[in-house]
Amino acid sequence: MSMDKIKTKILDRRQILKGVGLGALALAGTGLSSKTVQATPDKASEYLSKLTSGAAGTKGKVTVKLPEIAENGRTVPITVSVDSPMTESDYVKSVHIVSERNPQPEVISFNLSPAMGKAEVSTRMRLGKTQKVRAAAVMNDGSVYTGDKEIKVTIGGCGG
Amino acid sequence: MAKKPRIKVPKTAKSGETILIKTLMSHKMETGVRKNKKTGKLIPRKIINKFVCKFNGKEVMSADLHPAVAANPYFAFYAKATESGTFDFEWIEDGGKIITASGNIVVT
Repeated sequence: MSMDKIKTKILDRRQILKGVGLGALALAGTGLSSKTVQATPDKASEYLSKLTSGAAGTKGKVTVKLPEIAENGRTVPITVSVDSPMTESDYVKSVHIVSERNPQPEVISFNLSPAMGKAEVSTRMRLGKTQKVRAAAVMNDGSVYTGDKEIKVTIGGCGG
Repeated sequence: MAKKPRIKVPKTAKSGETILIKTLMSHKMETGVRKNKKTGKLIPRKIINKFVCKFNGKEVMSADLHPAVAANPYFAFYAKATESGTFDFEWIEDGGKIITASGNIVVT
């Protein structure tokens, strides 16, 4: 009798430990999932194809200018230029900049016009970590060209 | 935040010349993912979400901004000088507040 009692006691303790363990795991799980709100190359592609209405785009014509290394990701100069005559009949309609490893893939979308004379835009962006920054240009005839640039980031500039 | 935006438009240009325009706006560009260190609560997002540049009423360039644009949004871009007139710039903040600036150019 007393043996049985001890057994059930042990079982109980095991059960409890198991329960606690699972609970801890579950908590850890939620912690992780809340942290993984994060852009990935796939998410970046998905977002880009939404902007370019499904067109995958041809590589070329688009040049992304970024420093090789950004010591501080809080403000990184970026210039995107597109090889285009920018005339009424042949111009760049929009330029989209997308990040692969920031909390969100979207960075900025420019709407260009022939009145610009030159398809080049510069701004400053935030970079969370070392990653590839991608750009896509949509021409007035609907064709899409893409370009990208790898950048090393020493100190991330997102959140804090 | 109430600081005036800084713009750089050349005062004069020759007709047909491509001119460089630069703008700099003072704005924190709060991303909405940062936490208040004391309370642990998220600081709500407040960014400039749109920038528009018009010449004599016609749009030259506009941009849709996301939180990944750095604080104090800076832009440099080009415009073709065809006639004398005014460049109007608009920055639209989350919540609808609009900040404007303008610059004149004489084209010869």
